[in-house]
Amino acid sequence: MADGGGIRRDRGPLKGGVGASVPHDSAAKHVAGEAIYIDDIPELPGTLHVAPHLSVHAHARILSVDVSAARAAPGVRAVITAGDVPGDIDIGPVFPGDPVLADGLVQFHGQPIAAVAADTLKQARAAAALVRVEYEPLPAVLTAEEALEKRFFVSPSLTMRRGGPEAALAAAPHRMAGTMVMGGQDHFYLEGMIAYAQPREDGDLLVFSSTQHPSEVQHLIARCLGLADHAVTVEVRRMGGGFGGKETQPAQIACIASILAARTRRPVKFRLDRDDDMIMTGKRHDFFVRYDVGHDADGRILALDMDLAGRCGFSPDLSNAIVDRAMFHADNGYFLPHAEVRGHRCKTHTVSNTAFRGFGGPQGMVAIEHVVDRIARSLGRDPLDVRKANLYGRDGVRDVTHYGMSVEDNVLPEMLDELERSSDYRARRRAIDAFNRESPVLKRGIALTPVKFGISFTATHLNQAGALVLVYQDGTVQLNHGGTEMGQGVYVKVAQVVAETFQIDLDRIRITATNTGKVPNTSPTAASAGTDLNGMAARDGAIQIRNRLTHFLAERFGTAPDAVAFKDNKVRVGDHVMAFEDVTRMAYMARISLSATGFYRTPKIWWDRSAAHGRPFYYFAYGAAATEAEIDTLTGESRFLRADVLHDVGHSINPAIDIGQIEGGFVQGIGWLTMEELWWDAAGRLRTHAPSTYKIPTARDVPADLRVSLFANANREDTIHRSKAVGEPPLMLGISAWLALRDAVAAVGEHRLVPDLDAPATPERVLMACEALRARMAG
Amino acid sequence: MTQGIRVLMGGEVRTVPVADPCETVLEWLRRTGRVGTKEGCAEGDCGACTVVLGEERDGRLRYRAVNACIQFLPTLDGRQLITVEDLKGPDGALHPVQQAMVDAHGSQCGFCTPGIVMSLFALRHEAPGADRETAMDALAGNLCRCTGYRPILDAAAAMGTAPDAFDAREGATLALLRSIRRDGALAVETEEGRFHAPRTVDELAAVLVANPDATILAGGTDVGLWVTKQHRRLDPVVFVGEVAGLATIVEGPDAIDVGAGASWTDVMPVLARHWPSLGELLRRFASVQIRNTGTLGGNVANGSPIGDGMPALIALGATLVFNRGGERREIAIEDHYLAYRRTTLRSGEFLERVRIPLPRPDQTFVTYKVSKRFDQDISAVCAAFRLTRGPDGTVTDFRAGYGGMAAIPFRARGVEAAVVGRPWGLDAVTAAMAAAQAEMSPIDDMRASAAYRRMVARNLLLRFHHETRGHVARVASHG
Ligand SMILES: Cc1cc2nc3c(=O)[nH]c(=O)nc-3n(C[C@H](O)[C@H](O)[C@H](O)COP(=O)(O)OP(=O)(O)OC[C@H]3O[C@@H](n4cnc5c(N)ncnc54)[C@H](O)[C@@H]3O)c2cc1C
Ligand code: FES
Ligand code: FES
Repeated sequence: MADGGGIRRDRGPLKGGVGASVPHDSAAKHVAGEAIYIDDIPELPGTLHVAPHLSVHAHARILSVDVSAARAAPGVRAVITAGDVPGDIDIGPVFPGDPVLADGLVQFHGQPIAAVAADTLKQARAAAALVRVEYEPLPAVLTAEEALEKRFFVSPSLTMRRGGPEAALAAAPHRMAGTMVMGGQDHFYLEGMIAYAQPREDGDLLVFSSTQHPSEVQHLIARCLGLADHAVTVEVRRMGGGFGGKETQPAQIACIASILAARTRRPVKFRLDRDDDMIMTGKRHDFFVRYDVGHDADGRILALDMDLAGRCGFSPDLSNAIVDRAMFHADNGYFLPHAEVRGHRCKTHTVSNTAFRGFGGPQGMVAIEHVVDRIARSLGRDPLDVRKANLYGRDGVRDVTHYGMSVEDNVLPEMLDELERSSDYRARRRAIDAFNRESPVLKRGIALTPVKFGISFTATHLNQAGALVLVYQDGTVQLNHGGTEMGQGVYVKVAQVVAETFQIDLDRIRITATNTGKVPNTSPTAASAGTDLNGMAARDGAIQIRNRLTHFLAERFGTAPDAVAFKDNKVRVGDHVMAFEDVTRMAYMARISLSATGFYRTPKIWWDRSAAHGRPFYYFAYGAAATEAEIDTLTGESRFLRADVLHDVGHSINPAIDIGQIEGGFVQGIGWLTMEELWWDAAGRLRTHAPSTYKIPTARDVPADLRVSLFANANREDTIHRSKAVGEPPLMLGISAWLALRDAVAAVGEHRLVPDLDAPATPERVLMACEALRARMAG
Repeated sequence: MTQGIRVLMGGEVRTVPVADPCETVLEWLRRTGRVGTKEGCAEGDCGACTVVLGEERDGRLRYRAVNACIQFLPTLDGRQLITVEDLKGPDGALHPVQQAMVDAHGSQCGFCTPGIVMSLFALRHEAPGADRETAMDALAGNLCRCTGYRPILDAAAAMGTAPDAFDAREGATLALLRSIRRDGALAVETEEGRFHAPRTVDELAAVLVANPDATILAGGTDVGLWVTKQHRRLDPVVFVGEVAGLATIVEGPDAIDVGAGASWTDVMPVLARHWPSLGELLRRFASVQIRNTGTLGGNVANGSPIGDGMPALIALGATLVFNRGGERREIAIEDHYLAYRRTTLRSGEFLERVRIPLPRPDQTFVTYKVSKRFDQDISAVCAAFRLTRGPDGTVTDFRAGYGGMAAIPFRARGVEAAVVGRPWGLDAVTAAMAAAQAEMSPIDDMRASAAYRRMVARNLLLRFHHETRGHVARVASHG
């Protein structure tokens, strides 16, 4: 961003500090087509292109692989199979189970078996089709429900428990049991997976990878090539979207490119086309849910027994933590006095599911919101009233979660009240009822739902970050940290923190590509924690330098350190006022170090998984949304008429960026629960592997009248400038859209019957739910 | 025989060598270093590859957003190509569209952004001051996974209407375009394949008789995917997009006569004027980019069982005129489809015109599209009904066309028979619904189950009935 900004001297008040709604740092480049993504990097001469050969069975033994025809095809420079991996073939990120290339066994339709590198992509694709594989098909398990039945898991189940749910259920005046399913979701980042590996001297590799987790890609490349970590450098300037899909999944792409690069000693680019990307890489877990709930006459939950069964696919990947997070969020914002929540990691012969914005949390929340909705409808009460009755209290009694953590920062009671008022919920509910009485074909519904989302990696060690702050003599700064930029604005927000710390304009700070050669051992940019962690680390680095400058100036001018103040591009020392760049020049001449590495680790958190007890989260982020829907009861088509969103980002570092995350997350959540449908056929083949068949929201699917506001609230924990994480939580605001559709369907039964509507609530599911209600009304 | 095509880019005429006639514009752009235009899907669905073509139309310059990922390079011949790199001023100033996007925080990851900018650029020229509805139509073919679109729509509203540098250069651009207009046919022959672009109907007929195994290419919105998705090799390709006589739309006293090469964008306003319901449907047919190149003729010739053009044309009683070497035949559209992807098209023959009888005052026509997503989706069910009533309200004629309900575009004769001769009312409609149930064998796939399609096919008759009574019976788009 420093457009020669270091040279301009007549600077006024700080521009681009914390709280300023500055545009995304790359905005001007985005709109001009000048932002460089990995596929845009000018190719080195001799660059090869890769195409994979994929399994055509969901589960089969590989009897033989014949690559001779592929090897002989025009332009082909190398063909590799499992046997050609020089080091460790397993690239499982946490637990083993993910071979770079299928090794004797294929476990999903579309698993890569071989990879071809050729002079052109067209040649590589043509050759990949010539690989001959002999299979012995084996029986395949395809659904979570079936796997649960067979106790077929990728890792053991976990139980979280509070009180005595069995007795409380037995004693409850009202009790009901049920099941539901919710679908998965493809990330559909607009930029598909890509890696570009370039051999360097000493057998080293420089790899450009579209990844949220460069350190892991570095480590796994080194491992599968049998190299030391220091021989591999991974860099990413920006991704064309990630959403969790580029947390573990890029490793395979980068490893294949690296193996081929090492083998051919040529630069190798591996870019998946959209179909291969959707077939080969993991998605959001779909879940099967079984529950038994006891409640009182007001709908207050007395006891809950719940099974959350996530479809993990063939390998563990991150599923342990993902299903844990579903379990952590099986309360959403509601107090469960007696509860047992069991989480199951179902193994299926489908692609291994992975992180996706919310990381299991949304699935847990959908489950409990389904239960609460059903309680309200069975009592004939407005679901909002039942939700409010169930909210966590602040009385030291109704404020402990089913995993033993006290909810100390609960603001949902105020937020729901505020949104109920600002969205005019009650009056609109009456208007909707009146509309529905007069309208035989179209029905409307509304839902106001809360979100409480825990912030921190539940794997405690990941809650650390490093940053590198370099100040040059001319008073400009280069900033680097472990956070990766996927559109969420972490680069600009962290730069704003540094601008604020030095009190220099944002345009003096150059944000540089995330690179494992600058900051080592970084955590993935995930769990919404990018700004929380890296902002703190960068501030730490900047403060170290600022402190050195302070002490230097105090000494030079013979004042106390507290007489030195950095403000608005200037530094005041007693009566002297200097430009920031004058100070940096002086400091250089006086041999003061102008670079620092900053570091941060999140305090307070701990988690004892074996006891399923602890404080896994530093704090919670909150939100609420009220959405109104209209459905066509002849076709099941729907639209959203209005949505009001109130979201808690603490003290916002950049309100415009945060609102962008809120709206984008909300719409992504609507997509997940209303139209995005992953559809596998009976042979385990994903048939929705391109935008022609997998439909994400377009501009018209956004609620016609969308009103978003930020909830005035400082983080009570000491986070970076008292802000809150914002990446994931807004996705779950989309639950209100799904429940608004349920409410509209319920109108078909005049709100006397409980509708049956799973997710995604596609037109087909909506129509079938309407039909079922009509049949029950008639019968 | 030429190996190169002439394209106007950045104010200059460039001769572009063609290595492979089926190389896409996107592949070529990116291969030659213009990497601002992105690939998100290579099948025309995401819009990341959107570029704008400039061409002369009625003496002025017309800007059409198209999907570079499925357009073959030689189809650029004689046109102006505008990519995202061309928008900034020589002083580096952002174009008003770009500035509006920055100001509205319209980009996050930025990968969709070049395509969105180009769609908005075309909108700003073709419909200056467009309202939010029109902007949503213009963006139906541009997916953004990050922003939730609100800021992009705000940018569309804020991008202004003041003439830009392209308007200022319009005269010079037109002159340059005229200077590269080709008089005769374009023919490209390379090692990878041959490409013919005849300019008259007779030339076209002759080329096809001489190359009966040629792939006919119109807008390429189906054919393009054969190359980018199925990796098929097409040789030779005969492009009908330069055949002026094939793009005409003639409004006669009894019928509209549409050339098979007319794009949906050109056909749409004419059809919408006579059949507003068809206009509504076409607004939801694919996207602006696809409609800008895709043709009615290509839709009919492709004859997909889920295509949206055929149900309406069947219900309207359209006929097709085919031409083989100058010899013409005309048949009712529903008779053209024999079995799944099998039609009466003969070797060396092409579809020349589609004739649609004009509406009469005693007729009511509707067509409905039901899909998983409202905009830019393939229909689960598409239906079209034309009801003709006598003075006493008795149904004198009823025509029903369906898509998604059989292996071919389907004329539901059972449904028709159930209502003809009866008063138009709930009884007749109930009988028609029962007939629909009996005579249709819907597709069952990832888009919708057979059970759902069957239910919808029936219920759409009920919707039609409601609407003829003046009731509101469907969720509209916004507005
Ligand atoms: C993203 C996307 C969205 C789409 N959405 C829709 C939709 O909503 N509804 C829908 O119905 N379709 C849709 N389509 C399909 C396609 O756009 C239409 O079928 C379109 O009308 C095809 O016209 P075209 O000119 O592009 O045909 P082309 O692709 O050029 O040709 C299609 C077929 O017709 C043949 N053909 C073309 N012209 C002639 C002729 N004159 N004589 C004989 N044969 C000929 C070709 O050889 C080919 O077999 C979509 C396609 C895409 C890529
Ligand atoms: S790349 Fe997606 S439409 Fe062209
Ligand atoms: S900004 Fe990322 S897809 Fe639109």
